[in-house]
Amino acid sequence: MTEPKAARTPEGLYRMIRFIRRFEERSIDLVKAGEIQSGVHACIGQEAVPTGVCAALDPDDILLSSHRGHGHLLAKGSDPAVWMAEMAGRVTGFDKGRGGSFHPSDFSANVFNATGTVGHGCAIAAGVAWSVQQAGTGQVVVSIFGDGAVTQGALLEGFNLAALMKLPVVYVCENNKYATTLPVEAAVAGSITGRGEAFGIPSSTLDGQDVDVVLAAADEAVARARDGGGPSLLEFSTYRYEGHHTFELKARLRYREEAEIAAWRERDPLDIQAARVPADVRDRIDAEIEAELDEVVRFAVDSPKPDPIDAFDYMYSDTLRPRAGVTG
Amino acid sequence: MPKLSYLKALNRALGDEMERDPSVFVLGEDMHHALTNVTAGFMDRFGAGRILEMPLTEQGFTNFATGAAMAGLRPVIEFQIPFLLLLVFEQITNQANKFRLMSGGQTSIPVTYLCPAAGWRVGWGAQHSDQVHSLFAHMGVKTVVPATPSDAYGLLTTAIRDDDPVVVLGPLATLAVREDVDFAALAPIPLGVGRVHREGDDITVVAVGHLVHDAISVADELADEVSIEVFDPRSVYPFDWAGLAASLEKTGRLVVIDDGNRFSGLGAEILATAAEEMHLVVPPRRITRPDGAIVGAAPELDVALQPTRAQLVTTIQQVMKVS
Repeated sequence: MTEPKAARTPEGLYRMIRFIRRFEERSIDLVKAGEIQSGVHACIGQEAVPTGVCAALDPDDILLSSHRGHGHLLAKGSDPAVWMAEMAGRVTGFDKGRGGSFHPSDFSANVFNATGTVGHGCAIAAGVAWSVQQAGTGQVVVSIFGDGAVTQGALLEGFNLAALMKLPVVYVCENNKYATTLPVEAAVAGSITGRGEAFGIPSSTLDGQDVDVVLAAADEAVARARDGGGPSLLEFSTYRYEGHHTFELKARLRYREEAEIAAWRERDPLDIQAARVPADVRDRIDAEIEAELDEVVRFAVDSPKPDPIDAFDYMYSDTLRPRAGVTG
Repeated sequence: MPKLSYLKALNRALGDEMERDPSVFVLGEDMHHALTNVTAGFMDRFGAGRILEMPLTEQGFTNFATGAAMAGLRPVIEFQIPFLLLLVFEQITNQANKFRLMSGGQTSIPVTYLCPAAGWRVGWGAQHSDQVHSLFAHMGVKTVVPATPSDAYGLLTTAIRDDDPVVVLGPLATLAVREDVDFAALAPIPLGVGRVHREGDDITVVAVGHLVHDAISVADELADEVSIEVFDPRSVYPFDWAGLAASLEKTGRLVVIDDGNRFSGLGAEILATAAEEMHLVVPPRRITRPDGAIVGAAPELDVALQPTRAQLVTTIQQVMKVS
């Protein structure tokens, strides 16, 4: 039951945004039910960005995600049931429960990684992009990060290498206005696009709530990368309705006003795209998504958990096994 | 037989692997001038597409190598100075070395981190003198410290072919070591297999890197009074515990000399494991740098903190007196 990446039609884009929204809501239910122990960094409110960016990609193109990556993987073509199983720490997950919600890899969809070290995926992406450039495969690499990453020096090192070597990479910043609790204006001097421009990288700030805007910008950046024009930086202005992480369901932090969240909900990416799709078509799509997500959740919850005896599996490529913590 | 220097052995191993496997490439600083001489002649031989000149962006190019490895290549990163491995400690230990497990085995990260100037050179001061092998071993990163030219050849070859991240440390004090070798006999050496440089019956001296040579000469010097077995683990991680156990089964006495720091260092690990699991007739001893050593720039302040041959002689004699 692989969910294909969004078709580039109004219905296809609507379907993916809606799918991500409902997948996230179901994942929060599983957090509350204790099935997803890690909690999750939900991307509700930001769905148009992964939907539009990944709709501009070919299946062979490579994605490096972030800790808020559920939508990235779904839009790139990852199997939602296998993804939910991974988040729930089941052996049927892509990473057999070793990556989880925060650190997924799904090589079947060319999602290489989502490093937990914020900002460092940028130079990892440069290394991937150099490799495919050398091999002449024509693949494009996309690296997605949040506004919190732009204050990391490692990000700038990646920009420098990508621009210097004219690599086929598209950098996507999901500026959702907060790095955990810190507002972007309290963290970022200058501008986000200014960081790209300093390295000669074409950089633009765009509306991240309208998937048509995202898709058009992604098409241009992907074409530039594929045609040998080097990297681009796309900063999408967006917003997460939920907390940084589901721990906020209990922590009740007060770093933003309810009115601010309500104002952003007025420009909800799902509503914006819904207006472009006839109601009867939406109803059919919505019903299909609910049925599919029932299966996704059932598959995840019914899948087996790893055997503790396998904790060292996949650590090394050879037969090396670490010594146990106690002997005798 | 012809002579092979340690530095030339690294050059030869790297060149041979690049000839053998087109996915191997090198990245590092000052590559056009092969500043460390490890890549001497390579820019002409392999071209700028496989010998990547990198700006001063160590964290950036360490991550870059991780990406290239995920894409199927075998990067070898050259670090000119050991503290750079502290700068990229997170990128190696928390990223590259974890991605295989985190991906459930979908990917592996075959990167070699080569520092052909590990440890220290008298007078280079506090920030150019740390010995980092215990840190990587602590984090489960495969780590080797070859002591001889043929071991440098064999272990670097194995590191490059290994599918996991491997740190290769060539101590500065060994770079000038030369050895008679049959070039046709140079071959890969497996990780985790130690080498008994000199057999003995009374006491086992475990030495790492350049200190192996000191241990051998002390063994010769004391040959009339004590029969010393010199055991060089070669790999710090994985460690050849079976090889050490076999040696101690014979001798029952243990001295470790290692120029890492004392606290939580390699010496501590070897003593603890031997005490828990192996045959010892008297308490083991270690000779290391002090806890958290920070060397001064003045040579006197630097040498004062290094393990010495004299300390090794004294410690061996003390251990032999205990009954």
